[in-house]
Amino acid sequence: MVEIINLCKNFGDKRAVSNVSFNIEEGEIMGFLGPNGAGKSTTLNIITGYLSASDGRAKINGIDILENPLEAKKRIGFLPEQPPLYPEMSVKEYLNFCYELKNCTLPKKQHLREICEVVKIVDVYGRMIRNLSRGYRQRVGIAQALIGNPEVLIFDEPTVGLDPKQIIEIRNLIRHLGKNHTIILSTHILPEVQAVCDRIVVINKGVIIANEKTENLINAVGGSKRLVAKVVGPEDMVLGILRSVTGVKYAEKLGRRDTDSVSYLIESEERVDVRKPIFYALAKASCPIIGLEGDEINLEDIFIKLVDSAKKDRQKRPGRSLGDRSERAK
Amino acid sequence: MFAIYKRELRSYFITPIGYIFAGAFLAVSGILFSYTVLQVDSSGDYTYSGMYTYFVLLLAVFAVLLPILTMKLLSEEKKQKTEQLLLTSPVSLTGVIIAKYLASLTIFAGTLAINSFNFVLLYIYGAPNTAIILSNILGLFLIGAAFVAVGLFLSSLTENQLIAAVSSIVAEGSMLLISLLVNKIELKFFRVFLKWFSVIDRYSPFTGGYFDIPAVIYFLSLSTVFVFLTVRVYEKRRWS
Repeated sequence: MVEIINLCKNFGDKRAVSNVSFNIEEGEIMGFLGPNGAGKSTTLNIITGYLSASDGRAKINGIDILENPLEAKKRIGFLPEQPPLYPEMSVKEYLNFCYELKNCTLPKKQHLREICEVVKIVDVYGRMIRNLSRGYRQRVGIAQALIGNPEVLIFDEPTVGLDPKQIIEIRNLIRHLGKNHTIILSTHILPEVQAVCDRIVVINKGVIIANEKTENLINAVGGSKRLVAKVVGPEDMVLGILRSVTGVKYAEKLGRRDTDSVSYLIESEERVDVRKPIFYALAKASCPIIGLEGDEINLEDIFIKLVDSAKKDRQKRPGRSLGDRSERAK
Repeated sequence: MFAIYKRELRSYFITPIGYIFAGAFLAVSGILFSYTVLQVDSSGDYTYSGMYTYFVLLLAVFAVLLPILTMKLLSEEKKQKTEQLLLTSPVSLTGVIIAKYLASLTIFAGTLAINSFNFVLLYIYGAPNTAIILSNILGLFLIGAAFVAVGLFLSSLTENQLIAAVSSIVAEGSMLLISLLVNKIELKFFRVFLKWFSVIDRYSPFTGGYFDIPAVIYFLSLSTVFVFLTVRVYEKRRWS
């Protein structure tokens, strides 16, 4: 549905996006992940035709955005980082304007009513946009993107600045829209993609560093498992015991949490359950475990890992090992 | 494109800008009319000199008031990031710019049309030269159209309305004042170059009641050039 081939964008001497390529299948929700300034918005702006690429192509349903911009744009609904709203208009006037702007041919009243119901803005339909809260403005922005029922929806950081309740509502809405649309969701908030997306494309410094199904990415990078154990006993001895247990890849002290116990981070080999051996080893040394919890690897770690390994590849100098998590764990 | 034109036109009356422009223009023009044309009328010599002063003074009013109309055309879109909506919609860039230009031009032309009712007074109390009145109104419209294009262009360069307004007043004021300076310049190249921008020189045939086709073409080209330059500003930003 969306085909991006070797997209490059230079701003003066600075290369903001470099050889970005990915495909999105019909009906897929793709999470476009990257830190601030990674090139996410630039890539999306190129796909939507707001910016032109220095090199490469972007195709929407086979139509090149540069060769046939009007046809390609008809197939895209775009919510930029800041919703493009005219504060002096009412929601009704604004949506009517967008309807005409997009040369929509669907029955106007019914189409706009359906959209308002989906994004839940029926109760503010007659109100001035300038008087709406941030959450409602975001919804009006999404409503605008839905006009004309475009095949591809592109949301650039749709939950920034929203309160937790609004964030959950917008995520649910995106998930709901994903049933009938192909969606690109750009964000730097990791749980968001984990919660919503089928596929994740990670970009850093203008370069794609991962393009995987969400579960594949977590499995690929997060094969090993981490535990956090609270143990009572001399620190050096406990660390020595932990490191000597078969299956433990890595162990380090996290810090003193209680008055008499210390927390340790333990990382096991791939697919090895080290909980029982650790329990017996520490019990034997009379160092009781007073707490043991699993520390599942999450996207945050994957992201940092990917960025780190991409940096290493690029700079070809020794960087942090995958086991060196002390900085993050703190 | 029509949707943008309509929205822009409405926005002039949702915000007070449309009323301020039309109100200020009609008030100032009315005062000037009564102090120039109507005063001279009593001496029986209104047809040329009084009207000439009135029309030239109106040009100065344009230079000050037209920027009010054009200052927010593109700068505000840039500031509010609403241009992203326009430029990612299935409308061509040229279509967006022309729609904005035409909306401003419509407000200006409408105000100028209302202003023309001033001349009805002359027909009630005398027999003015219709050719002079019509050609002057046409000349004013063409200069106004060019000024709107200049204002549109300058508004595309900034996201600050005030900068857009002040730079437009300076640019349009200079285009009027240049005729006073231009003949004193020794260097021929500069003289010819600056004369090209001197709108008063081009306007003078209209004051005599002539429909000067080269001047019409000049003003239309001036408008087209600045609308085109505005499109180029956006194109350049897209590509750079």
